[in-house]
Amino acid sequence: MAPSILLTFIFIYGFIGFSGLISLSQWKRPTRRDLTLRSPFGGTYVEMFKEQRFQADLRNVTVFTVLFLLVTVVGGLVMALLIHHVVVAKGLFRTVFLLPYALSFIVTGVAFRWIFNPSSGINVWLGDLGIKNPPKWSTDTTVAFTIHHAGDGFWQIDLGIPRAIIPIVIAAAWQLSGFAMAMYLAGLAGIPEEELEASSMDGAGYFQQLRHIILPQMWPVTVTCLVLLLHTSLKIFDLVVSMSGSGPGFVTDVPGIYVYDMMGRANRYDKGTAAAIVLLVMACVFVVPYLARVYRKEGKGA
Amino acid sequence: MTSAVNTLDTMAPPPRTTGARHRASKRRGYWRPRSIGQWLTLAACTVLLIYFAFPVYVIVSTALKGPGAAGGSLGLPSSIDMSGFRLAWGQLKGNLWNSIQIAVPGTIISCLLGALNGFVLAKTPFRGAKLLFVLMMVGMFIPFQAVIIPLFIFLKTLGLQGTLTGIVLVHVIYGLPFVTLIMRNYYVNIPDGIIEAATVDGCGLLRTFIRVVLPLSIPGFVVAGIFQFTNIWNDFLFGLIVTSQQTWPVTVRLNNLLGDTSVDYGTLMAGALMVAAPTVLVYIGLGRYFIGGLTSGAVK
Repeated sequence: MAPSILLTFIFIYGFIGFSGLISLSQWKRPTRRDLTLRSPFGGTYVEMFKEQRFQADLRNVTVFTVLFLLVTVVGGLVMALLIHHVVVAKGLFRTVFLLPYALSFIVTGVAFRWIFNPSSGINVWLGDLGIKNPPKWSTDTTVAFTIHHAGDGFWQIDLGIPRAIIPIVIAAAWQLSGFAMAMYLAGLAGIPEEELEASSMDGAGYFQQLRHIILPQMWPVTVTCLVLLLHTSLKIFDLVVSMSGSGPGFVTDVPGIYVYDMMGRANRYDKGTAAAIVLLVMACVFVVPYLARVYRKEGKGA
Repeated sequence: MTSAVNTLDTMAPPPRTTGARHRASKRRGYWRPRSIGQWLTLAACTVLLIYFAFPVYVIVSTALKGPGAAGGSLGLPSSIDMSGFRLAWGQLKGNLWNSIQIAVPGTIISCLLGALNGFVLAKTPFRGAKLLFVLMMVGMFIPFQAVIIPLFIFLKTLGLQGTLTGIVLVHVIYGLPFVTLIMRNYYVNIPDGIIEAATVDGCGLLRTFIRVVLPLSIPGFVVAGIFQFTNIWNDFLFGLIVTSQQTWPVTVRLNNLLGDTSVDYGTLMAGALMVAAPTVLVYIGLGRYFIGGLTSGAVK
């Protein structure tokens, strides 16, 4: 066992360290290895954060993550409650709701690229319904709920909700709300029947039970779901690549694509690794406290 | 010993709880919705069913329209044209074979190694075992972007970049934390008595593992195997970075077809069905293990 664990540690922690080193160095082109530190220290990060594209990436991945987590967790909970109580074809509903989870993001991306294609897909139906200017979906470059306009100070982009992100949120939520549902179903199965029966005796209606008994007990499942989904959404790459790519004006670009472009086409290993480290830090802010809690619980269990 | 084995067998599928028993009795009692609430629940489930099935319908119907589907809408195909499938098969068959050559060994090797790791972590308490376990779990949560550039450099130095061996190695290593987690959680529930009995009989740790533990591990393997296979088959990022044109997995090839203007959506959707088929079949065939593993691996 020791060799395989050692290998895993090298491939995870060793490589993260190496990424960190490259991001601080002057290594740009793959063939011109140059690990001397860039001066001033961390200059690559400063350069990157000032870049319009990377700023758009940060905005996009933040908006995507918030909307995606919200839709997926709430959707998963509602689906789990419905399945928990439906009296007919429970197995069929559960199987179909979870089916997208078995698919590759590339398959999902191909399907939703067609569905949200501005000149075909659902826009044909919207046209039949008499809607003159159907949405441009992932090619829409406008930003809704703008809280900051481009060119004013540090941010060179409009801060708000890029409309082009919405179809990607829909596709990602379609793929993963079944996963959240499965987690909630396991949670619901763990609620002691006696508690619910006792509260019915006391005259509590279903929605009172939901609020006072069921939902509070779903909290740990919700935390686990949020952490697992957050990790998926921060690193999102395949779905966006196959659905819309970077989009006009980087309106659907995400850090995952940025890293890949810097590594390949742009010949900037330093910027690629810097963006990857930023992603890692964003993930760790949430994952580390979660795992620390798991670790403490494990400690008590033994 | 017999009772212990029985306990394990009953533990294999997702744990049956009070809720499940309650549901089962409900199911025996009456099949039709009886109150307004039950009708509304059923109606809501049906609406969601249509929503969830819609993209699947789009893939299948567009694929059946064949290459002529390019300008079309989302309606039903007026006639069935299978030539899209033929075209897609011609484009993808080599890459489907690559994906099989990557996913099958990748799954088997990582499951065996992960079982050994999980067993040691669960059954031989050594200093720092828990810390090691948690540090390994971090491996499940890192965005892989944080390692791909060093990984690429490393494989290139070893001459493994672009080879099937290289990509299998990558999947085994990055899959290990997850398989270890699943198998460890599985072994924690195996009574220590079984192992002690084997040790008394004079078996070493490795022999105990091979003779006694592995045969008991089948349900754990099924769960870990399903997930590993699905993860490796559906992978795109590693495939894109680590393989070369000859060794591309099918997900990378399908995505490349998107940029090929000579390939229409009818053919693309037929290809998407071919990419989706293996994991969907595994999911439908072994769905209850799938749900069991999903929750046993995560809800802790």
